[in-house]
Amino acid sequence: MTAQPQTLQRPARTDKGADLRPKRRITGPGVMRAYTWLIILWLILPIFVMILFGFNDTSGRYNQSWEGFTLKWYGRLFDIDDLTRGLITSLVVAVVSSLAAGALGTGIGYALGRYRFRGSGSVNLIMFATISSPELVMGASLLTFFVSLGVGLGVVTLTIAHIMFSISFVATVVRARVMTLDRSIEEAAADLGATAWTTFWKITFPIILPAVFSGVLLAFALSIDDFVVSNFTAGNAVTFPLWIWGATRVGIPPQVNVMGTLIFVAGVVIAVAFNIRSRRAQRD
Amino acid sequence: MSRLKRTIAPYLLVLPGGIWLIVFFAIPMITMLSLSLQEGDIVNGYTFTGHWQTYVDALDDYRTQLIRSLIYGAIATIILIALAFPMAYWIAFYGGRRKATYLFLVLLPFFVSFVLRTISWRQILTDDGPVLSPLKSAGLVPESFHILGTPTAVIFGLVYNFLPFMVLPIYVALERIDPRVVEAARDLYADPATAFRKVVFPLALPGVFAGVLMTFVPTSSDYVNSTVLGGTDTTMIGQVIQAQYLANSDYPTASALSFVLMAVLLIGVFAYAKVLGTEDVMKVAAR
Repeated sequence: MTAQPQTLQRPARTDKGADLRPKRRITGPGVMRAYTWLIILWLILPIFVMILFGFNDTSGRYNQSWEGFTLKWYGRLFDIDDLTRGLITSLVVAVVSSLAAGALGTGIGYALGRYRFRGSGSVNLIMFATISSPELVMGASLLTFFVSLGVGLGVVTLTIAHIMFSISFVATVVRARVMTLDRSIEEAAADLGATAWTTFWKITFPIILPAVFSGVLLAFALSIDDFVVSNFTAGNAVTFPLWIWGATRVGIPPQVNVMGTLIFVAGVVIAVAFNIRSRRAQRD
Repeated sequence: MSRLKRTIAPYLLVLPGGIWLIVFFAIPMITMLSLSLQEGDIVNGYTFTGHWQTYVDALDDYRTQLIRSLIYGAIATIILIALAFPMAYWIAFYGGRRKATYLFLVLLPFFVSFVLRTISWRQILTDDGPVLSPLKSAGLVPESFHILGTPTAVIFGLVYNFLPFMVLPIYVALERIDPRVVEAARDLYADPATAFRKVVFPLALPGVFAGVLMTFVPTSSDYVNSTVLGGTDTTMIGQVIQAQYLANSDYPTASALSFVLMAVLLIGVFAYAKVLGTEDVMKVAAR
C-alpha cells in the first residue's frame, strides 16, 4: 500500500477526482451525488424538526403538532428550574471533565507519540479497550465499583466517569499530531542553546496546541452529549440529556428544543471558527 | 537531557492518565466480574461464593434479548455499510474542494444530543405524525399501520444514529487511495467495475473494518433506540441490563449480563483487531 508507482510519462496530477471520473458515463456520479445529498438531508431532518418545534406556539407540554410560529419559548427559556439546573450541571461537568481529560490525555498522547518505552503496548491496549468497550458496560461497571466502595453517586462520580471515557480520545488525537512532528525544529532549538524545558514550552507545545485544543473540544462534546454512562453514574444528579430522558414519557417541553437549538448553533459556530482558524494557520 | 530523565519521562507523562484508566476502567471491570459471582442483596451486602449459576440463570432468562441485540446490531451494521460506502466513495473521489464541507454535514447530527435526535424521530414517525398521517389519509397505508414499536423502527434509529461512524472511516480509507493506482489498473485494460473490485474495494476494506468496529459494538449494546422507538417485543439486552441495575437493583444478574455482552463483543473485536493489526484499526478509527 505504501509503494506508490510513479508515472514516468506524465507529471503527477494533484486533483484526485479528475483521474477517476469515467468520461463516458455521466450518470454514475450524478446519481451518487443526489444519493449523498439525500442521505445528508435524512441526517439533518430531525435537527430541523427540533429547531422548528422550538418555535411552536403550543400551550402545554404537548409539543407534537404545529400550532403556529412564536418566539415565546426563547423568552421563557429558563422557566423550568430542573431543566435549567440540568443544563448548568451538563456545562460544568463538560468543562471540568474536558480540561482534566485534556491534561491527562495529552500526557499519554505525547509519551506515545514521542518515546519508545516498555509498557507502551499495554497503554495502547487499555486505550483501545476504553474506546471500543460498550458504553453500557463501562457505565455499569463504574456503578458496580462505586456501589461496592460505598461511594454515593452524584456530580463527582459523573465527572470521574466522563474524564475516564474522554482520556483515550484526547490521547489519540494528540499522539497523531506528535508523531508527525518535525523533530529538526526541536533540535535546532537545542542547538541554539535552549534547555529541554524551554524547547518544550517554546517550540513543541505551541505546535501540538491545536491538537490538544481539538482533543479538549472533542472531550467537551462527548461529555455534554453523554447519556448512557451518565445514566449509570449520576445518581440523583441530573444533566441535560438525563432530564430529557426522564421527561420522555410525560412530554418534552419546547424549552428543550430551544436549548437543543442553542447548543447546536453554538457547537456549529465554534467548530466552523476553529476550522477557519486552523486552515488560516496552515496557509501562513 | 540526561539519560535517566529520558527513560523516566514517558512514564511520568503516562502515569496520571494511566492510573485514572486503571482505577476507573480496569478495576471496575474486575469488580463487576467479581460481583457477578457473588450472592446477596443490596441491603445486606454481597459475599463471594463463585456462584456461576447466576450466569446460567441470566442466560436462560434473557437469551432472547441477547440474541436479538446481536441480530439487530448485525443488521444495522450491514445496512450501514451499504448506505455509507457509496456516500463515502462519492465524497472521497468527487467531493473536490468541498470534501470538508460534506464531512461537516455528515457530522452535523453530533451537535444535537443523541437522546434528543432519537426523540425527534419518534415525533416524526408517530402514528399521527407528518409521515404517516398524510399516507393514511391518502389511503396508501392502512389505518392500523404503524412504524413505532416495530423492529424496523429500532433498526432505523440505530442506522440513523451511527451512520457518521461508518462514513468517516470508509472515507478516510478511500481518500488515501492514490488515484494513479486506479489509473494503472485502467491502463492495464481493467474496466471500471473490475478496477473497483480488484483495486479500490480491497484498499477500502480497512476502513470498512474500522467502521464495523465502531458501529457493531454500540448498536448491539444500545438501549436508547429500542426504548424510544421500540415496543414490548423489541427489548434489547441493554434495556434488560439497565433495568436490572437501576430499577431492580439485581446487581449480580446485571453484572453477569454486562459481562457476557462485553465478552461476546470484545472477543469479537480483539480477534478482529488481531487479524488486522490493532495499530492499523486504531489509526483509521482515530481519524
